[in-house]
Amino acid sequence: MKLNKITMAIAAGAVALTATVAQAAVNPAVVYDKAGKFDKSFNEAVYNGVKRFTADTGISVREVEPTNEAQVEQGLKKLAKRGNSPIVAVGFAQANAVSAAAQAYPDTKFTLIDMVVPEANVQNVVFKEHEGSFLVGALAAMKSETGTIGFVGGMDIPLISRFGCGYEQGAKHINANIKVIHNMTGSTPAAFGNPSKGGELTRSQIEAGADVIFAAAGGTGFGVYQAAADAGKWAIGVDSNQNHLQPGTMLTSMVKRVGEAAYKSYETANNGTWTAGVSVMGLAEGGVDWALDEHNRALVTASMESDVNAIKASIIAGDISVHDYMSDNTCNY
Amino acid sequence: MKRDTRITWINRLLLPLLNILTAFAVTAIVFWLIDVNPIEAAEVLLYGAFGYEEGIGYTIYYTTNFIFTGLAVAVAFHAGLFNIGGEGQAYVGGLGAGLAILFLDPTLGAWVFIPASIIGALLFGGLWALIPAYLQAYRGSHIVITTIMFNFLAASLMVYVMVHVLRETGQMTPQSELFPTNAWMPFVHDVAAGLGYSIEASPLNLSVLLALVCAVLVWFFLWQTRWGYAIRATGKNGTAAVYGGIKPKRIIIVVMCISGALAGLVSVNELVGYQHRLIMDFHLGYGFGGIAVALMGRNHPLGIIVAALLFGTLYQGGAELAFEMSGISRDIVVVMQGLVILFCGALEYMYRPWLIRNLAPVKQQEAPAGVTA
Repeated sequence: MKLNKITMAIAAGAVALTATVAQAAVNPAVVYDKAGKFDKSFNEAVYNGVKRFTADTGISVREVEPTNEAQVEQGLKKLAKRGNSPIVAVGFAQANAVSAAAQAYPDTKFTLIDMVVPEANVQNVVFKEHEGSFLVGALAAMKSETGTIGFVGGMDIPLISRFGCGYEQGAKHINANIKVIHNMTGSTPAAFGNPSKGGELTRSQIEAGADVIFAAAGGTGFGVYQAAADAGKWAIGVDSNQNHLQPGTMLTSMVKRVGEAAYKSYETANNGTWTAGVSVMGLAEGGVDWALDEHNRALVTASMESDVNAIKASIIAGDISVHDYMSDNTCNY
Repeated sequence: MKRDTRITWINRLLLPLLNILTAFAVTAIVFWLIDVNPIEAAEVLLYGAFGYEEGIGYTIYYTTNFIFTGLAVAVAFHAGLFNIGGEGQAYVGGLGAGLAILFLDPTLGAWVFIPASIIGALLFGGLWALIPAYLQAYRGSHIVITTIMFNFLAASLMVYVMVHVLRETGQMTPQSELFPTNAWMPFVHDVAAGLGYSIEASPLNLSVLLALVCAVLVWFFLWQTRWGYAIRATGKNGTAAVYGGIKPKRIIIVVMCISGALAGLVSVNELVGYQHRLIMDFHLGYGFGGIAVALMGRNHPLGIIVAALLFGTLYQGGAELAFEMSGISRDIVVVMQGLVILFCGALEYMYRPWLIRNLAPVKQQEAPAGVTA
């Protein structure tokens, strides 16, 4: 009994020692978007990556949730001053602040998600949202009985149009005559947090005949999923795996592995392979994907699953090329 | 006479102090309930707000905003008007400041840009309050309803302008292009460096002096001029003011324009002083915070400066608290600020009857029968 306690104490001491050694190598931090880390979507995906890194390595990650514009830059700079590195900045809205902080602290590593700033100490992670959206678009077209599907975007910016354009291409790939209704919730960042408007748009799309609706709208998506569930139609989630939100009517989720980006940033910094520059994460890199779990298993038949996976393989192999809306700001494919 | 001064001191000093202490006591209980040591939290908060130069800079930077909006609310309040449109007036004031800078020749000097941006902010903020003022004065719409509705109109207007007119090309965030460096309100740390002192960089800029000048001007205007007298008379008793030859409609218009213009100056601190571009939602919280600041500061410029400093401290110290202590999320900081507003605003007079009964009791001989208030 006593011996047991002593061995345990020694083991605990050894763990504590390795933890401190590891902490000396990397001192990671994250600054979330103003939506906060529990948005069940974009920020929460990052949070899950952060949590996983802490679970895997025992290294704690300092988290900042800014509430106003001044606090974004304040948070980034304060973390840098405290010796935190790498610092993950979540979302395109932090681009200015990251740029300023990176210039002020050239020895600190920054990782910016969803946007590119040309600084020597910034790693920019952008995603091929169009590829993932292509997959869920194809699945939507396979599932649709009415020949009409819908897309509800958040803020009307090229980044969100990229989701919509990929989705439409995927759907047309399966059924050239399918009708895709596009709607955007608004033109400001508030459009990512407006579930009631999301619900309204969804109901009007359903009235126009849509029976699968894809939301790329952050928190606005809740309204979309709810409205689809109420009407007995299918919805597709985004960023995180949102299949569990409305089990039974969530056809799938277009997973954007922003958490993986944060995890990779910390991991590579930890083993010394972190590099600045732009990294683009598509299907091949596992940056985007479609989600299949126990919540939507019943909705996706085996043939649908194999068809979608075949398309995925073709995109990775380069046999299908998906047009990127942001390459020319048009959706002509 | 003696009783009067005692009541004055109860109202002006003791009551606000007790209210704040109550708010802090309740906050401490909340912290204790969520397993945060309240004393440690207070230390972190105070250190964050005043413990180092950068923290002080942020505190005064936030304070500046609250001085502007606090004065705005107070000026209207002296005329008996409750201007809750500070948010919208500050936001549209930002449009005025931004347009003044963006449409001037970028090679001009700071001596053109900075006055121009201040005038732009004053003008747009004031004009945004003019419409509710007109509706109140000549059409009988209630100022509380119209000013709060104008906050939404301001938000919609700014969305349109930012998204469709002023958005910088190639940017996803709706923001204007960067102001030319000549148009930046000098940072205090830069000015200090010019004078040979080295202090840590922070967003604190010379707008704080503008805020202090405004406080003095508001004091002078309200208590040393004929207009100020007319405004206060209208606020105390509109009917009596009319009897005294004052035209309340004109007073409403003038007061609301001044109020809106003061709120508009928030944008000088935020945009010209720190962000250096027109952005969305820079004003959030300051307009409504100004109401609490004015209430707590008893609508007097000196009190407003003190109350604004308290709010600035809560903003910066609160951010620091959420940053330093893992048990405190940013929502707890809002709870803390809400408690201060609750006890200093909504429950403002909770202790007053008790205090007066115990500290300044009415003596029979001092209030003889037949003399009415």
